[in-house]
Amino acid sequence: MKHSEDDFKQDTIHDMPEGSTPDAPSNESRRSFFKTTGATILAAPLVLTSRKSEAQAIILPPSPPTTPWLEELPETVEPVAQTDLLTDSYLIPQGEANTLYDECGRDKHQRWADFFGNPQLQYDQADTYELRAEEVMDHVFHPDYPPQLVWNYIGKFENGDPYPNPTFHARYGRPVIVRLYNELPDNHVGFGTPEISMHLHNLHTPSESDGFPGDYFSQTKSGPTLSGPGKYKDQFYPNVYAGLDDFPKGPNNPVGGDKREALGTLWYHDHCLDFTASNASRGLAGFYLIYDALDSGDEHDPNPAALRLPSGPYDYPLAFQDKRFDANGIQIFDQLSPEGTFGDKITVNGKIEPVLKVARRKYRFRLLNAGPSRFYQFHLVNEANQVQSFIYISNDGNLLPKPLLNQFKVHLGVAERGDIVVDFSKYALGTELYLANRLIQTDTRGPGNVRAPGMRVLKFIIDREPSEPDVSRVPSTLRPIRRPTLAEIAAAPVRTWIFSRKNSMWSINDKFVDVNSPAARIAAGGMEIWELQNPSGGWSHPVHIHFEEGHILKRFKNGVEVPVPAHEKGRKDVYVLGPSESIRLFMRFRDFPGKYVMHCHNMIHEDHAMMVRWDIVV
Amino acid sequence: MNKEKTNMNTRREILAGMGLATLGLIGLNTAWKKLSLDDTALNAIENRAALATTQFPNVTLYTHEGEAVKFYDDLIRDKVVAINMMYAQCAGICPKATANLLQVQEMLGERAGRDVFMYSITLQPELDTPRGLRQYTERYGIKSGWKFLTGAPEDIELVRYRLGFFDSDAKVDDVKENHTGMVRIGNDALNRWSMAASLSEPNQIMATINHLDPKIVHTFADKYS
Repeated sequence: MKHSEDDFKQDTIHDMPEGSTPDAPSNESRRSFFKTTGATILAAPLVLTSRKSEAQAIILPPSPPTTPWLEELPETVEPVAQTDLLTDSYLIPQGEANTLYDECGRDKHQRWADFFGNPQLQYDQADTYELRAEEVMDHVFHPDYPPQLVWNYIGKFENGDPYPNPTFHARYGRPVIVRLYNELPDNHVGFGTPEISMHLHNLHTPSESDGFPGDYFSQTKSGPTLSGPGKYKDQFYPNVYAGLDDFPKGPNNPVGGDKREALGTLWYHDHCLDFTASNASRGLAGFYLIYDALDSGDEHDPNPAALRLPSGPYDYPLAFQDKRFDANGIQIFDQLSPEGTFGDKITVNGKIEPVLKVARRKYRFRLLNAGPSRFYQFHLVNEANQVQSFIYISNDGNLLPKPLLNQFKVHLGVAERGDIVVDFSKYALGTELYLANRLIQTDTRGPGNVRAPGMRVLKFIIDREPSEPDVSRVPSTLRPIRRPTLAEIAAAPVRTWIFSRKNSMWSINDKFVDVNSPAARIAAGGMEIWELQNPSGGWSHPVHIHFEEGHILKRFKNGVEVPVPAHEKGRKDVYVLGPSESIRLFMRFRDFPGKYVMHCHNMIHEDHAMMVRWDIVV
Repeated sequence: MNKEKTNMNTRREILAGMGLATLGLIGLNTAWKKLSLDDTALNAIENRAALATTQFPNVTLYTHEGEAVKFYDDLIRDKVVAINMMYAQCAGICPKATANLLQVQEMLGERAGRDVFMYSITLQPELDTPRGLRQYTERYGIKSGWKFLTGAPEDIELVRYRLGFFDSDAKVDDVKENHTGMVRIGNDALNRWSMAASLSEPNQIMATINHLDPKIVHTFADKYS
């Protein structure tokens, strides 16, 4: 392997722990890798063992090298097409689980009658979609690697063609029903489990459609918090603003809820209890974008209140995942390592080192760290590795009150999102720019230092003039924010959550995941201050709280208050707890009672029990 | 490194255990004479080409009933298993872990030893003889169908690593008690592996076992009372 700092291909980044001089290669390996690849032992990768007490811990060799910039991403990310769910009278979406016709035993949809007035959905009351979780046998991560197995959610394009992990475009005030069929094979061998619970990360979604980890299902299995298996599950996404009870729907509030609570960049992924890392690594993840009158998704919007951010082909989501490949270029994931598998290849929308050809104009890029465990700090750089500026408009999918101008980096813990606007009109046609990750990380425990020039993961080529003048803009104010008042903060009870290492696993308040009983029961309408603490010097924990967002009030490092970074001053749903850090945040609990979770979104930690159930009760 | 005991404790435990060692070794099977408390055991492991074909070593272990078993062929192959690590002298979380697993065994009922195989492997094979482990099972009222296992220290070490009972921090890894907190749960035929915390609620452990057992449809487990 080359060690040159001048070479920015992904394979030059080393993930071997410092100082872990490999001993003589041994030919031991994990059977799973052979099963997946069908390779003989002789063709197997050398698996290196290191000295002394690591002698028996398998240290994976790096993924094989790849030639960068061979494949192009599509110029447009199209929205998924709808499927009419009213055609079969036995299968019309309804409030109660349709267990008679093979729906799994979910709890009934809350407030169904409020939204639809009938036990069954009527014509044109909602946007309806169908997704099928399926095995895909021929996914190409990179042309240097063979086509291989992944699991995707399959929707469809307008022309009816299958659309793997499609992007949803939703609109506030228009409910969505997603019917999710589970067609993964029961007898699947290797990492990943074919029972699924789809979580829509950050939507203000009632518990039964939240993708609660214990709600996993297949035709032959049901999770501990479902009442029975099934072929499919209907997810009801009301697409109302949080605060529905305080800001009810009415003539002056057509959507319902508090419009200051609007979300924007969300993602859906599997959340099966104990198996989130392996299932999400298998490829079960996609985007759900939601628009409203302000962030309308139309840069030509005649409404003077509309922001007119770059839209259509110029509103482009980018999901980053870390993955590891064996000597044959087949993805591997070690289910038996207590620290999972650290990915040394970064996929961008499922591709390694792809190219995106762009027009000479503004783009909105929605960057998502889709895990399972790597952190990123992305910089936009030119050929000479000089950093380029952009505007940071949104964190965790929430437009900030004001854009952050002249920004040079996007730091993303697992599941965090950052929306930026890049103006390519500053550059000459033919200019090539790169997105580079400068955060050094060697294992799943957490990131290390920032080091230039970093690993280039995506190349932009400015290859054309826009077909029409760019009318998009970034106004000087974006979305107003409802900060908690001093009185609210003073009145809110404080609840402390300690994220720590325990018994070689990870615990919250000294306890391990228990999906059957809540660690906190909070009255609907309640407000609390949650203090998240990471007393460890050894791990980072990107903590995700389902369903309700929070406002970071204070941040501490080693007990000393430190400034809250500008991009964290909006609403958030992921709170990055670095080593020895704690965060105090303000939360409201509203609208939909039920069971929710908080967990470390480093999916390795999450699957090793760092998750807690909390309930909203009436 | 919060919450993990460092090797200060270990030393003390080993020293405390030494006095018992001679007593515990009486009457052992001749195949199990590779006892060692130093690194030679670790060195020996690296030359075992025979172990290469499976992620799980097929080493010989000994049950608390005195039976010699092959780790992979007899205990893992094509089975649904729940495996923890413990040692008889462990005063920390082991008693609670064993009590939890006892509840799991009760909840499994007839499935224990038929559909789901429970194993507890000692982390202190120098001290935990088959006979000693049998006494342990009697003391805790453990029923048949749940095997307690010991073996040559280097074999146990290999099994420990392959099952994922290790920490990449050597100081943490050196402390036996740090490996007593997890139950490795898997289905070998599907090569699907998970775990539960041994201090979890027993019905949570049970739900994970049910998840991995293809015969079970609804994974919810009622708490054994």
